[in-house]
Amino acid sequence: MSDSPAAPSRTKASGVKAALASVSPVPGAPKPDAIFVGDSITRSFGGLAAVDVSHLEVQRGSITALIGPNGAGKTTFFNVITGFDPPNTGTWSFEGSSLAGTPAYKVAREGMIRTFQLTKVLNKLTVLENMRLGAQGQSGESLFRALIPAIWRKQEDEITERALGMLEQFNLFHVKDEFAGSLSGGQRKLLEMARAMMSNPSMLMLDEPMAGVNPALTQSLLEHIKELRETGITIFFVEHDMDMVRDISDWVIVMAQGSIIAEGPPADVMRNPAVIDAYLGAHHDVALTESGESLTDTSVSLTKSEES
Amino acid sequence: MDWLTVFQNSLTQMIGVSAIIYCLAALGLNIQFGYTGLLNFGQAGFAAIGAYAIAVTVATLGWPLWLALLFGILGAIIFALLLGIPTLRLRADYLAIVTIAAAEIIRQVARSVSLNDYLGGSDGISGKYAADWYALNPLPVGIDTALIRFSRNDLWVVINGWTLVAIIVLLTWLLVRSPWGRVLKSIREDEDAVRSLGKNVYLYKMQALTLGGVIGAFAGVIFAVAAQSVQPDNYSTTLTFFAYAVLILGGAARVFGPVVGSMIFWFLLVFVGQALNNAVKAGYISSSILRPDQVGQVQFMLVGLGLMALMIFRPQGIFGDKKELALDER
Repeated sequence: MSDSPAAPSRTKASGVKAALASVSPVPGAPKPDAIFVGDSITRSFGGLAAVDVSHLEVQRGSITALIGPNGAGKTTFFNVITGFDPPNTGTWSFEGSSLAGTPAYKVAREGMIRTFQLTKVLNKLTVLENMRLGAQGQSGESLFRALIPAIWRKQEDEITERALGMLEQFNLFHVKDEFAGSLSGGQRKLLEMARAMMSNPSMLMLDEPMAGVNPALTQSLLEHIKELRETGITIFFVEHDMDMVRDISDWVIVMAQGSIIAEGPPADVMRNPAVIDAYLGAHHDVALTESGESLTDTSVSLTKSEES
Repeated sequence: MDWLTVFQNSLTQMIGVSAIIYCLAALGLNIQFGYTGLLNFGQAGFAAIGAYAIAVTVATLGWPLWLALLFGILGAIIFALLLGIPTLRLRADYLAIVTIAAAEIIRQVARSVSLNDYLGGSDGISGKYAADWYALNPLPVGIDTALIRFSRNDLWVVINGWTLVAIIVLLTWLLVRSPWGRVLKSIREDEDAVRSLGKNVYLYKMQALTLGGVIGAFAGVIFAVAAQSVQPDNYSTTLTFFAYAVLILGGAARVFGPVVGSMIFWFLLVFVGQALNNAVKAGYISSSILRPDQVGQVQFMLVGLGLMALMIFRPQGIFGDKKELALDER
């Protein structure tokens, strides 16, 4: 799958694939060079355990997909590890430093930058201003230094230049002076991703980057994500679009009912019976009629014998 | 009917002390609400702190005015911190509830009988506590023309008041076009997005609340100095809501919005009142329809209608951008 003809030459990609080849495809598998390590992370809402992850590692430089049926806890897991939602228990570290209990803005400063399922662009700011906001360490963002433009003018010019280059890459240059609120849904996804890139993240966390994006734009988004990885960034994303997952990810982690039920390279994971059951229900291929027994084929009887 | 006097009074009030006070209160709200999206419904409380800080320290303790002014600023900062620490981590509406209540608490404390000796109860504090400052007035006389008329002291207040407004407008202008201002505007749009980009949203909201509150305290300082007295009931919620009317009239998140909004608001208010009064006195309006003592109420009804019409036909305010407003409806 990874050798599709449209793909550019991918040196980083092949390196990651080689490193992951030796990893055993079991839930919570240790990775040779993990950028993110999480342990016993739980988050419950009332009696419902939304997240219950015992161990998870993300390989540095990889494109790792987090998939699972609706309500599996993927977004909640993202919220917890980025500091947007407090966990009930758990520790996790990023690039070796512990991030549990760290507020969201400090998580972002550590280099873990996320986007949101429901795109959060800043409507009444122009596209360019949205981009500028993403840059880190701006001296003009302090109240007193802001009063003296001479202090921050030079840095602002550098940021603007970088933002314009980034907008060009993401095909948004022509709308740079429009209000972000006037962009289409797909353009907003692109803007949010480009804005996150302004922060120079070491891990980019995308929550359903393809949701609501038209198929024509999907292809260019996919290319962007692949190019981002070539710059050395780790990409960790939640997605429902299986074609995308199959196309770009090096490693897939499957969540269901809050915990990780499977891990592995995309092709293997999608054949995993536990994953198929999670998505379609354990009895998905049993006919709903009373006479179902007569229609059973070998695979169903296999599943049944496993359960009993 | 004396149209000339009506116009003279209206134009005088348009640039008069009231316009300055409400302009300052609205300038503070502009930073809080206009740029940062913080619903501060307690601007009257900040103004009261500024006013009482001057009155109490100068009249009762005999401090010099400049020290009293610093004390007022410090008071506003502490008030902002007290309001902000528990509420700024919560959703926007909690700040609105807490601020409106806190401003009322300040007013009720100021008029309480048990503090009568210090704060003067419902009568407030009167005295010549700005006498030293009025003594600095280099103007020989006031101004008395066909269009505007100010006494010598009022003219001194007005000149200094508008100078203060100009300084604050300049500071606001510098701040909102800086990266700091960009963070504020972004928080107004979506604070989670700002947090996800590594900005300490809580700190910025606190800065905006404090800065806007200090500007609101200046409104109270001007009020106290101009009137040479403070009365607790001048700092009721009406002050806050008039300031919001001024802000929205001029256009929120526009540097000059509060200035122009305040001028228009006071011109309209005084013009409608004076015109009605004169019309009733001259017999143009029969007293069976409107008695002189009812003019005050009808004046506010008409101004209210005018503001409603403005919101319907120009919802973005005088300076606002309709395109920007339309984004909310998407």
